[in-house]
Amino acid sequence: MTPEEIKQSANIVETKPRLLNDNTMHYCPGCSHGVVHKLIAEVIEEMGAEEIAIGVAPVGCAVMAYNYIDVDWIEAAHGRAPAIATAAKRLNPSKLVFTYQGDGDLAAIGTAETIHAANRGENIAIIFINNGIYGMTGGQMAPTTLEGQVTSTTPYGRRVELNGYPLKISEILAMLDGTCYVTRQSVHSAAAVRKAKKAIRKAFENSLSGFGTSVVEIVSTCSSGWKMSPVKSNQWMEEHMFAKYPVGDLKDSPVKP
Amino acid sequence: MKEEIIIAGFGGQGVLSMGKILAYAGLMDNLEVTWMPAYGPEQRGGTANVTVILSDQPISSPVLNTYDTAVILNQQSLDKFESKVKPGGTLIYDPYSIHHAPTRTDINIYPVEAMEATFELSSSKAYNMVLLGSLLKVRGLLPVEAVMKGLKKTLPERHHHLLPINKQAILKGMELV
Amino acid sequence: MEDEVRLMKGNEAVAHAAIRYGVDGYFGYPITPQSEILETLEELMPWETTGMVVLQAESEVAAINMVYGGAATGKACMTSSSSPGVSLKQEGISYIAAGELPALIINCMRGGPGLGTIQPSQADYFQATKGGGHGDYHLIVLAPASVQEMADFVALGFDLAFKYRNPVMMLADGVVGQMMEKVVLPPQRPRRTDEEIARQCPWAVTGRTGMRKPNVMTTLELDPVAMEKNNLRLQDTYRRIAENEVRFEEHGTEDCDYLIVAFGSVARICQKAMEDARAEGLKVGILRPITLWPFPYDEVKRLSKKVKSILVVELNAGQMIEDVRLSLEDRVPVHHFGRMGGIVMDPSEVLGALKNIIEKRQS
Repeated sequence: MTPEEIKQSANIVETKPRLLNDNTMHYCPGCSHGVVHKLIAEVIEEMGAEEIAIGVAPVGCAVMAYNYIDVDWIEAAHGRAPAIATAAKRLNPSKLVFTYQGDGDLAAIGTAETIHAANRGENIAIIFINNGIYGMTGGQMAPTTLEGQVTSTTPYGRRVELNGYPLKISEILAMLDGTCYVTRQSVHSAAAVRKAKKAIRKAFENSLSGFGTSVVEIVSTCSSGWKMSPVKSNQWMEEHMFAKYPVGDLKDSPVKP
Repeated sequence: MKEEIIIAGFGGQGVLSMGKILAYAGLMDNLEVTWMPAYGPEQRGGTANVTVILSDQPISSPVLNTYDTAVILNQQSLDKFESKVKPGGTLIYDPYSIHHAPTRTDINIYPVEAMEATFELSSSKAYNMVLLGSLLKVRGLLPVEAVMKGLKKTLPERHHHLLPINKQAILKGMELV
Repeated sequence: MEDEVRLMKGNEAVAHAAIRYGVDGYFGYPITPQSEILETLEELMPWETTGMVVLQAESEVAAINMVYGGAATGKACMTSSSSPGVSLKQEGISYIAAGELPALIINCMRGGPGLGTIQPSQADYFQATKGGGHGDYHLIVLAPASVQEMADFVALGFDLAFKYRNPVMMLADGVVGQMMEKVVLPPQRPRRTDEEIARQCPWAVTGRTGMRKPNVMTTLELDPVAMEKNNLRLQDTYRRIAENEVRFEEHGTEDCDYLIVAFGSVARICQKAMEDARAEGLKVGILRPITLWPFPYDEVKRLSKKVKSILVVELNAGQMIEDVRLSLEDRVPVHHFGRMGGIVMDPSEVLGALKNIIEKRQS
């Protein structure tokens, strides 16, 4: 069959969301970013929110998220996305403002901005990709790197006496009075993807309803950084990451303050 | 007309607010004014001073090295500023906290028993107003009414019941010199 | 009421002027000697009247990034701080400059380096005019010398920032920030509506209203050719600013033999020294650069042709003097007089420095 024949409507069982454009993604095979991008595009589209959506992109692998999802974006300095989102939302209260951040961006260099935006209860949604490693700079240790996990800066495995413990930042954020919804999800199976999409939708709706800050952590894979095949990465994530970062809701109390 | 004034003492003695009231009074009297404090931790019990300039012309430097008039509330300030009064200028001080009285003979020196007067008025907060009264009397800078207007501007409304006691203190200060 | 003459500190005047200009957002973090700006805004509660957002951020870093985020949505946003805090903001300032975003940053300078002192200083001249953050960029730098100018430069700053899509820094110091003077506040202007912002700032990140093409505010460009183009565009903006926006003030320069160059509050101190010098028969004039960037190179050059020597007076070890020297091509001797660490020189010290130069010249 030629590509044209394959593309006939009778053969189409799934389409990508309109807001996810045709640019070739720079993400590695097996990376979770692509799936999460698609979910965000779908949710915005289904909410009919593309005219009010403002995304804030991080520094990290998703630095060019704006190249793939056709909404308005601000590209932040490393770690500062929650501060930027704070102002964008406060000055434009009717808009849907969300950040998209990795573990280094959100839980290392940007910890202060993350915690204080959440503690102020900014009406923003934070999508947090936790793959336990710095992907963009070539696989260095992240605050969420597991004990014993090998990275380029922990070549003999992370040692807690040297590097401290894996940071469960979502648990911390769930303790803050300013957050209304903190959940941990993953996108390694069809069922998980469906759940993650629901969580993103809830977070976006919360931010429009003024309930406070919503955080959706997505425990993710980094095949390149972990130096594993995509299939092996998913297995490793289930076996190791989920033990430290169990999926499920940490907090769900959407009430207007 | 141009009057360059330094007011100096301890933080908490009302040095900055005395300067502020004087500046506001100048404003009410359509003068140009600058109020330049030595700011910072000095406000918390160390030495405090403020330079106030009143003039019918635009004012250049808000920072000065000599003064027409010095109002001195403690010994350290006297030690620091006595020599900086211009010849023929005025020095007003409260002897209450002064151990070594000023010695210059080329300036006009007025001791004002302001602390004693405040005890009589039984309002310690009006201390700076007694000295302000003496300053107004000696230098004839501004009418008392302009000062009262300035005071009204600087005092938050909830403290406006204190206006009469402050006026009394100013009049007392005028009487004392 | 609108044109009422008021007596207030420079810092307070900034707060009032910001509300009256119709600023959309202020984001700041307390630091002496400029905390009155945030304090006054919180006291005036402009969110109840003009709808202005005022927020005490968790750090200077967060505050400048809030400015970046707000400015990216086309809103008029500002922050203020003092020297150590402005150092923390430099990363964000570089992003704002790279993003070609209008914004106002106020530095009420105190003495450094390090934690330094809370007393006045002008030691951040290099930082403000020569870069500060990374990359080839310039801020438009305005140096107020009075409380009135602190108020006026809020409006001037934002007008220039939006005209050139370039951040503006008001480089004040502890003297103008903390002193009280008369000030005439401008009348209240309404804040711009979302429609006006969309017209004025078609680049603004506001959501794809009417399903227009997405607007993306990014400073990342991995294609070196495109990145060089970005830089050339910035340089072209700086050229236009340098051609059109040089501002300065002069006193006594018609007939002077000696020229003092000073900016901000120090220019006021020098003016008094000039008055005293002229009373003694010394013909002294003053050039006060109001824009420190762009610097009035041509005017210094023009005046240098008629004076015997030039004294640059600053509250630092000699920073602006480099720009004065650049203007002269070594035609005239240039001297520096400065105090540091929070000590403010008085007029007699300036006059003393000037007399020293004259004596040395004659001997």
